[in-house]
Amino acid sequence: MFTYYLTLALRSLKRNPVLTGLMVLAIAVGIGASMTTLTVMHLLSGDPLPGRSAQIYYAQVDASPKNYTHGEPLDMLDYRSAMDLWNAHRADRQALITDSPIKVRAPETGQPPLMITLLSTTSDFFPMFEVPFRYGSGWTPQDDARHARVAVISSDLNDKLFHGENSVGRILRLKNSDVRIVGVLGNWRPSPLFYDVAGGRYANGDTAGFYGKPEDVMTPFDTALDINDGNFQQFTCWGMPKEPGYLRDSPCVWIGLWVQLNDAAKAAAYREFLDHYAQEQKVLGRFANTDTRLLSLMQWLDLNGVVPGDVKLQTWLAFAFLAICLFNTVGLLLAKFLRRGGEIGVRRALGASKRAIFAQCLVEAGLIGLLGGVGGWLLTLIGLWLVRAQPVAYADLAHLDAGMFALTFTLSVAVSLLAGALPALRASRIPPALQLKTL
Amino acid sequence: MQIQPILAALRKHRLATLLIALEVALACAVLCNACSMIADRLSAMRINSGVDEASLGVIHITGYEPKDVNDLNARMLAGLRGIAGVQSAAVISSVPFGVPWGTAGINLNPDDNKPSQSVVVQFYEGSPGVIETLGLRLVAGHMPGADDYPPLQGYAPLDSRVLITRALAERLWPGENPLGRDFWTGKFHFRVIGVIAHLAVSQYNETGRNGAEWTVFVPSQPGGLLAGTYVLRADPRELPRVMRDARLAVAKIAPDVVLDTDQSRTLEFLRARFFQKDRAMAGLLVGVIAALLLVTSLGIVGLASFWVAQRHKQIGIRRALGARRADILHYFQTENFLIVTFGIVPGIVMALAINLTLMKFYELPRLPLLYLPIGAVVLWALGQLAVLHPALRAAAVPPVVATRTV
Repeated sequence: MFTYYLTLALRSLKRNPVLTGLMVLAIAVGIGASMTTLTVMHLLSGDPLPGRSAQIYYAQVDASPKNYTHGEPLDMLDYRSAMDLWNAHRADRQALITDSPIKVRAPETGQPPLMITLLSTTSDFFPMFEVPFRYGSGWTPQDDARHARVAVISSDLNDKLFHGENSVGRILRLKNSDVRIVGVLGNWRPSPLFYDVAGGRYANGDTAGFYGKPEDVMTPFDTALDINDGNFQQFTCWGMPKEPGYLRDSPCVWIGLWVQLNDAAKAAAYREFLDHYAQEQKVLGRFANTDTRLLSLMQWLDLNGVVPGDVKLQTWLAFAFLAICLFNTVGLLLAKFLRRGGEIGVRRALGASKRAIFAQCLVEAGLIGLLGGVGGWLLTLIGLWLVRAQPVAYADLAHLDAGMFALTFTLSVAVSLLAGALPALRASRIPPALQLKTL
Repeated sequence: MQIQPILAALRKHRLATLLIALEVALACAVLCNACSMIADRLSAMRINSGVDEASLGVIHITGYEPKDVNDLNARMLAGLRGIAGVQSAAVISSVPFGVPWGTAGINLNPDDNKPSQSVVVQFYEGSPGVIETLGLRLVAGHMPGADDYPPLQGYAPLDSRVLITRALAERLWPGENPLGRDFWTGKFHFRVIGVIAHLAVSQYNETGRNGAEWTVFVPSQPGGLLAGTYVLRADPRELPRVMRDARLAVAKIAPDVVLDTDQSRTLEFLRARFFQKDRAMAGLLVGVIAALLLVTSLGIVGLASFWVAQRHKQIGIRRALGARRADILHYFQTENFLIVTFGIVPGIVMALAINLTLMKFYELPRLPLLYLPIGAVVLWALGQLAVLHPALRAAAVPPVVATRTV
């Protein structure tokens, strides 16, 4: 029966190529627009650490003076709090995070120096975030402790400086110090670059910068403090740092602390530990506020509103547009089905049930949806190509994956079936006698 | 034209009428909001930087040793001024649309030791000659004299005589004379000696577009943190060549530093890049509006054609009974006008509702009420345009049709 309806539908579509074309085009344009924005949304709002993100938390305490903040801790930590919390080793894994600009060169290669961003972190960073390595590995906790002059570099920088060869063991000059490369990152492109996210609430929706690539060079936290002091940048300050760029004793926050807590009990215990620390610091007179916060990775991304406002707006627009296309298709299908009143009347008179007519009309609508889906898929590819041409940090991420490809067709057929339901219902209610009279 | 029979006919086609009306309503709501967003983006792009953008270029270098900055500044300035076509060059902490630097909260009271979060301003430190190079325009007070350029003590001179923008003066001391007033950031003290017409921030900070011109110009000696960014002025026609030469010259003047090729650009380039996102969004919105109007009119054409075909015989009867072609034409036109009106009324309500929602979640301005009648007129016109062809076809139905199949 289905194949018979399919032949009928094909015949009917061929009979009115202009009307068919209009409907397919309307669905294709609507699907293309919505799938382009939906794909971008999906890429930007996804989980950067699938399966593990629930165990990763961002720890915050508040060292700012009285009345400076409003009932919540600042987005990053001051040096002393960060050190105290990290040295306590209360989490399963823990990593400090801070960025600074640094001049880098590879003395053996003779290439001109580059300015790059240096990520100062601690050894747990690599296992905690499951960072893939192309060559070598991360450094050890002993390296952290003895301020070892070691570094992990990105595969981009490895390509640039060493033509993609195994550069483990080679020397990199960071500012005025030599460090030994111990690892080269594999293809790692978390979206967003979650561990650097902070301050999203003050960006007025302009958060595209959170989707950049990982830093080109990573060194142990204290190593970076040794070799690049004077170049650190504060997240914010409640007083002027004595010397710009030297933030260790400054009234500034500039360090992030990520912790891994493997179960809910551990998370609760860590929360208690943070509260206890804040209270203890208040007694000591260092803290004025005892606010603390321990958000899971996804909660932290959510709080920061990482998906850029423009992208969300575009998604709304695309779906409003799809709705208009949907109404349009409903109207056109209605016209098309009712115009065939005579034909339907004959089928009904020859014994076809209302259900059969309804099914036949839906098959036709679904076929239009399928055709619209093909057009929508092509338009989505064009749309994503346009997104990639934009100078935004996430441009290189905009590709259609298998899931979104399947969704394109699912959405298209679903939309057309939805659009076809009402006209099909009307068509199935056509009284056979009345139609036969006018034949 | 009698409306009663048209309404009676539409009542027979409630579903189709409702669909077109809904489509028009959605189109109206999206159209009004999209136009308002475009206007908002365009107005954001009109920001006045306060400097002679067409004549200015920036050279931004990094990776030098802090102890070498005095020598570096001297060599860079001498080298850049030596390039043919450079009219002047100066050291500046940052430029509009460039790398943000020197953003801080300020207090009007020296005893407040915590910086205010409500007035976050950007400090531009600049060496002697930079005012002329940038082309800042004074509207009150006076420009700094030759001794008003103290050295930096960290982020700024401890005590400096500064220029502020009109917008900042109005924010800090509304309706009062800002000249001679003082403000502080931590230990740094600033006294206003002049008011300049405009000077935009490098990048928006948390105050967003409200604070786009909350800037302070601090005359300072080069050295310390005031190094690495050089603004040069040249004839606009020669500027591209001058910038090429300047970028090449850096390798000779200071072989050890790293030239930031991303930021060493003309001000016009930096401005265009700064607004790239807004331009792209405005372009996208125009595209959406065009597609939207097209789809809506196709829907109207499709349905009107269907109705014309369906009423072929009735039209013939009306014509046979004495109706003129114009009457048939007007019938379909009036019918379309009514349907579009049914759509516009809920459409206007929807437009306002969407606007209120968007205002809550995204930083969007209130929808100017003027857009609603304009949107309505556009949709009426679109409806009339779309229905014209099917209506003309209807009007062409000959009266003889009435006699054929009865």
